Amino acid sequence: MLEPLIYDYSRPGRQGISLPEPDVPETALPADLLRTDLDLPEVDQLTVIRHYTRLSQLNFSIDTRMYPLGSCTMKYNPRLNEDTARLPGFALSHPMQDPDTAQGNLELMYQLQEWLKEIGGFAGVSLQPAAGAHGELTGVLMMRAYHRDRGDLKRTKVLIPNSAHGTNPATASMAGLEVVELPSDARGNIDLAALKAVCDDTVVGLMITNPNTLGLFEEHIEEVVQTVHACGGLIYGDGANMNAIVGVVRPGDLGFDVLHYNLHKTFSTPHGGGGPGSGPVGVSARLADFLPGPVVGLLEPGQGGRPPHYGFVTPPKSIGRMKSFWGNFGMLVRAYTYMRVHGASGLRGNSENAVLNANYLLSKLRAHYHIPYDRVCKHEFVMEGVWPEVPGVHALDISKRLMDYSFHPPTNYFPLIVHEALMIEPTETESRETLDVFADVLIKIAEEAHTQPELLQTAPHTAPIARLDEVSAAKQLVLCCRPIPAWAEAR
Amino acid sequence: MSYYPHTDTERAEMLAAVGAKSIDELFADVPSRVRFPKLNLAGPLSELETLQELRGLSDANGHAQKRPFFLGAGAYNHFSPGLVNYLIQRGEFLTAYTPYQPEVSQGTLQTIFEYQSMICALTGMEAANASHYDGATALAEAVVMAYHHHREKRKKVVLSPAIHPHYRAVVRTYMQGLGLTIVGDEDPRASLDDLVRQVDANTALLAVQSPNFFGQIEPLDGLAAKVHAAGALLAVAVDPVSLGLLKPPGQYGADIVTGEGQPLGLPLSYGGPYLGFFATRKEYVRKMAGRLVGEAHDKNGRRGFVLTLSTREQHIKRDKATSNICTNQGLMAIAATIHLATLGKHGLRRVAELCWHKSHYAAQAIAEIPGYSVDVSQPFFKEFMVKCPKPVAALNDFLLNERGLVGGYDLGRDYPHLAGHMLIAVTEMNTRAEINDLVEALRAAA
Amino acid sequence: MNFPTDLKYAKSDEWIRVEGDTATVGISDFAQNELSDVVYVDMPSVGDAFTAGQSFGSVESVKAASEIYLPVAGTVTAVNDALATKPELINQDPYGEGWIAKIKVTDAGALADLMAAAAYQAYCEERKH
Repeated sequence: MLEPLIYDYSRPGRQGISLPEPDVPETALPADLLRTDLDLPEVDQLTVIRHYTRLSQLNFSIDTRMYPLGSCTMKYNPRLNEDTARLPGFALSHPMQDPDTAQGNLELMYQLQEWLKEIGGFAGVSLQPAAGAHGELTGVLMMRAYHRDRGDLKRTKVLIPNSAHGTNPATASMAGLEVVELPSDARGNIDLAALKAVCDDTVVGLMITNPNTLGLFEEHIEEVVQTVHACGGLIYGDGANMNAIVGVVRPGDLGFDVLHYNLHKTFSTPHGGGGPGSGPVGVSARLADFLPGPVVGLLEPGQGGRPPHYGFVTPPKSIGRMKSFWGNFGMLVRAYTYMRVHGASGLRGNSENAVLNANYLLSKLRAHYHIPYDRVCKHEFVMEGVWPEVPGVHALDISKRLMDYSFHPPTNYFPLIVHEALMIEPTETESRETLDVFADVLIKIAEEAHTQPELLQTAPHTAPIARLDEVSAAKQLVLCCRPIPAWAEAR
Repeated sequence: MSYYPHTDTERAEMLAAVGAKSIDELFADVPSRVRFPKLNLAGPLSELETLQELRGLSDANGHAQKRPFFLGAGAYNHFSPGLVNYLIQRGEFLTAYTPYQPEVSQGTLQTIFEYQSMICALTGMEAANASHYDGATALAEAVVMAYHHHREKRKKVVLSPAIHPHYRAVVRTYMQGLGLTIVGDEDPRASLDDLVRQVDANTALLAVQSPNFFGQIEPLDGLAAKVHAAGALLAVAVDPVSLGLLKPPGQYGADIVTGEGQPLGLPLSYGGPYLGFFATRKEYVRKMAGRLVGEAHDKNGRRGFVLTLSTREQHIKRDKATSNICTNQGLMAIAATIHLATLGKHGLRRVAELCWHKSHYAAQAIAEIPGYSVDVSQPFFKEFMVKCPKPVAALNDFLLNERGLVGGYDLGRDYPHLAGHMLIAVTEMNTRAEINDLVEALRAAA
Repeated sequence: MNFPTDLKYAKSDEWIRVEGDTATVGISDFAQNELSDVVYVDMPSVGDAFTAGQSFGSVESVKAASEIYLPVAGTVTAVNDALATKPELINQDPYGEGWIAKIKVTDAGALADLMAAAAYQAYCEERKH
């Protein structure tokens, strides 16, 4: 056991914090509605601090080491962002308070909408989606609503390349649409002939990630967009890989109709061990009326010393609300802070250096790993984690062995079109020295794979825990450490 | 300003290693027509100047520390022990990725396992997932789950009109492509009995909220049996603080329990990031969306934790997955866990009692003001409905501008028949003096 | 790898044993081997009717979920309840104790499209990496 459970520290009568006595006359509690037991731990405050501090120390994190996770953009998360998000006017304002008393928040959101419009080349932006997948659902629902609004009811198909993130097809299904998978060509692009063959008047649109999940810019992007538009379909852009192209190309200029941003990737808001994220969507003019509502509008521009006046506005054909309130506002403050620090020049510099770092690593690893689609990459690239001469070693083993050298594994087994894929994204905030060490380690692991494969197959050796038995975990499910309540047993 | 370390010399050397003459060459595959646009953005600014600008924006807002606050309506001003905010800023929690690599993610995994356990304990259920985005999307996912549980054969969902109006709106947005009929809330006064009458053989789910949007504790006794008799599932959305005191929905036979986790130590933060919690019975666990942490062992027999049942999720099931959720509210779940560990069994009960006593004290005092009446048709928890003698907007303007108080929510905005009704929230944060000030101010405004 | 000759096989790797107007269905030795340790089987309910080639459940390992398709049209008359607690039966005995469902065949037309053991074995060899 690495660390007991918080419940293991529980002793009857202990308390982590004192709370005041009621300062008002008490009102009788409703006896018939009361619970008889509350199964929460009883722990002193120092134990809480030590327990969660020790647990945190079992984690790998950007703050400790490099995280070359493809499509996840694990770049440095500036602490200034944490400070600004915690300013009291942001952190303690209430989502339902009168917007006139929250003009600072609305101004920030309005500015962020404007900047995201500018960066992506879009006519409108909604900040509501809470994550990339949430932005995808928003976007696909808007595409569906757009066609239906025109009375075009036979469009039911969403085209998705076979290299796409799993969220793309899952999103299309959630929207009640049918998925048509497109093959990739030998250079890692969408297969144009296959695309042309399926484009007809039943197509809602194409979901595309560009650069794609191989880290490659679609070489025929203009033709792809024209082909889909020609059949009346729309283009959905998965913005997971925006970190390669901010300041380089605007998806809207390429003809994209909708795109979600991942503020927790491109704009440095922390991943937090799996969220919160933030997935604003930008849209072309023809989809702007369908944005989820409300969005922030400039109701009156500032004049003669009077400040501008902002308010919430619901677009006329809005698909509706995607979230309880206005979005993951705290993440918006962080992203605003990040953009303000960078400006246009800094953001373009990030893209340039992210792409330079990836190509630099690729140039060092090319001789040691098979690169199935080998051309100038963008911010990430994919190599195969397997050699024909040592068939017993897999991408997973390389991944686990990297932990012994204090690196996080790359994204593995994705994209699905590469056998034993290792997808590497260094990001711009890693220094050349770190990249050199990382490349050397991967080269060393390639040697070990050939000379001492068992070192890889039994890795990690130095992590807090060895490989866990996921098969037993899935068969004998233990999802909760508390006893099942008596009433559940009785059912 | 940027955070990358590259010097011009290093860039030149790295380009040479790559075999490119310039950075631009790395982008040759981008159509030249649209390459390198000039972006019209503000900045760059130094960190110092950025902080100053953001302070200005922050200062332009009213907020819950500036003045007494009686606004709730789905987000609540509760106390959060300082250590919660301190611990979630540890870089090892804050800057970690989703724990797909369990060997180097035990901190996040074990904390989420503890979170799942505490949510089960609170709600009286057997399995909880690692979170949804917020209370609204958690309820929407409950509808999705019920639909798939019935293998897409039952096409109707009954929603109580007393569920938060934003939650009901989100359910409708989520469901627009799946062809479900959503009924129940077309009558804003519909009682639980009215709703049960709409549950039939084509109904996948009945969803209610308790305490409901009006703060009322719904009479859940016997409801599950009636819903189950029609073969449908029952979902109950709850305020987790109320569960410090009240019988959990699991004990009433609910199949799914969802809720907004913000009251568990998360700042108001103008509506997010919050936390949607989601719990169900063990037999339905494979139909539940979202990440799940399970206990596992390594070859040395050491206990650890892994993400399990991933085959339900989008990255494996792709178009066959019932939800696309991927990133959730991980750090918020960690915050809620630390909050609940610190408050513990007695602390959460105490917070709930303080809410109960203070809100009832306020309600009784307001009921005594001529012209005002408080709805006591059902027991309430920390929020209650007041019928006012003047439009709520006018009253709130008076409270804010003349007395420096933030009043309650104007129910007429969502329920026309409740025009002139204010929804007032009172938590442990409101002192007796603040409550007395509110009462006096309402008296003066009448 | 085992390819019993008294069975018919589908391209999607299910086997079927027809006895009169009833049949038993499962997944092949090749399929269980590709999936590795089976941890869960999503089974249909007795009484459910399916057309030939329609998905009637799924077999899951830790890393993959594989849809299973009914080789011929039929109505489910029994499912293998033992798989609920012992999904590993599919790995251990795919053609015996690891059967998934029994059906009453409502249209045997699709039987003609299925492969005999030898043809299926060749088809499996082709797909080996």
